[in-house]
Amino acid sequence: MNLIAEALAWLAEPANWSGPGGIPARTGQHLAITALTILLAGLIAWPAGVLIGHTRRGAGIVGALTGAARAIPTLGLLTLFGLGLGIGLTAPLLALIVLAIPSLLAGTYAGIQAIDPAIPAAARAIGMSPAQVILTVEVPLAMPVIIGGLRSATLQVVATATLAAYTADIGLGRYLFAGLKSRDYTEMLGGALVVVALTLVLEVALAICQSVARRIVDPASRTQRTPA
Amino acid sequence: MTYRTISRRSILAGLTTAATAGALALAGCSRSDPLGTDAGNDAGTASSRTIVIGSQDYYSSEIIAEIYAQALEDADYTVDRQFRIGQREAYAPEIEAGAIDLFPEYTGPLLQYWKPDTESRLSEDVYAELLETTPDGLRLLDQSPATDQNGYTVTQEFADEWDLTTIGDLTKVTTPLTLGANSEGEHRPYGPEGLATTYGVEVAFTPIEDDGGPLTVKALKDGDIQLAIIYTADPSIAENGLVSLEDPKGLFIASHVVPLVSDNVDDAAAAIINKISAAMNPEDLIALNARSVKEELPAATIASDWLAQQNLG
Repeated sequence: MNLIAEALAWLAEPANWSGPGGIPARTGQHLAITALTILLAGLIAWPAGVLIGHTRRGAGIVGALTGAARAIPTLGLLTLFGLGLGIGLTAPLLALIVLAIPSLLAGTYAGIQAIDPAIPAAARAIGMSPAQVILTVEVPLAMPVIIGGLRSATLQVVATATLAAYTADIGLGRYLFAGLKSRDYTEMLGGALVVVALTLVLEVALAICQSVARRIVDPASRTQRTPA
Repeated sequence: MTYRTISRRSILAGLTTAATAGALALAGCSRSDPLGTDAGNDAGTASSRTIVIGSQDYYSSEIIAEIYAQALEDADYTVDRQFRIGQREAYAPEIEAGAIDLFPEYTGPLLQYWKPDTESRLSEDVYAELLETTPDGLRLLDQSPATDQNGYTVTQEFADEWDLTTIGDLTKVTTPLTLGANSEGEHRPYGPEGLATTYGVEVAFTPIEDDGGPLTVKALKDGDIQLAIIYTADPSIAENGLVSLEDPKGLFIASHVVPLVSDNVDDAAAAIINKISAAMNPEDLIALNARSVKEELPAATIASDWLAQQNLG
């Protein structure tokens, strides 16, 4: 209990809120690396997921591969990339992308595959091109599940992005590493609380996005309160 | 399990030392109690009691402890190996309680454990202050020339290019210097601040969280950093063509191998250990560590080979 009180005092200390090593700067870096990871992982996972979902092929193999990828310890992967690429942001970024891809990919293809096959068939029947079917029918209908994948990927990445500090002067992980080695558990817990707060904020924001998307896709689900 | 064994020992040892006179009565009145009977026996044959040897959970410490063990066994002492116990926080109370009789320690870190605010940094000062600080019931034997301490490390090419021998020579370097070390190094007295005040060397800092391991070595070789903190007895220094810079002003606290012993180690045993300490030089320690890291030999083999080579076995 005492430690928590000290950690809160650490958070309240104005000196910790300014300068290049201050909480706002570190939080900004942390958010930036999270966003960059999700963006780069999304560039790979979203098109691949759409393709798998649309063709309804390869879900088994890709599912197994990405499922296995979830089991890779990110710290080990980071060390491996670091030994090849040297210190800096590249190694942690790659390791985090590997962490983010499975959730994004699974959300995308699962969302599209879950659509009643009659709907894309009907879209084709009225003369839509494959691209139109994907962009105007399948992706919008799958959006709540795709955002669900984004939500779980973001949750994992924002919490694991602390590892960026393993080889670079970046992110909230700096508080954790510095606190751990010097037995400054106040700083460590304070840093961890900021990560938790950040994670919760992102989680709530994405949950709201998800429910908005769900309401758009299926207006009937909320008609009692918001008549369309 | 190890911890439990030692805890029981500490009870035994406590009984033994606390009440030699009372031991007879204790043994007499508690024949059915195995603990009481043991204590009685121990008290009766204290001079030939088993010497309990411990080591840190660190391969180099285990090798040194194994060398002590084999040398004592050669002299017909009975030893009990309690190796790889853990960090100082875990084993120091056991030594202080008399549960361990012989432990290879390191002067600087041990002094800082007992006296965190010590200002001693250089070898002789540290040893002298450590002798004063050592609690009653424990005794320090001679410190060995062998050291295993933090050191500022550069690549051989970098050292040749700027003609570097000591940390102070870094002032000759005109290009920007970056130090790569664990996060906490940034604010430690030996970190960038200490470099500036003690040696007048200005460095930038970048965190690499692998304790001077392979990522740090890679960063040094790539030139991402010019300066790293790596243990002076780490075989990776020689293996990767790195150089430890000398630290004449004592930025890092001196850390010589030093045996910490209880009263259960008699003078003859102490003489054997002192001979080992005197024979072990820094190069020996690096070579011993290298055999463990590179050849992956067990501590027992490394220890017996070294003892044979030194004609101590």
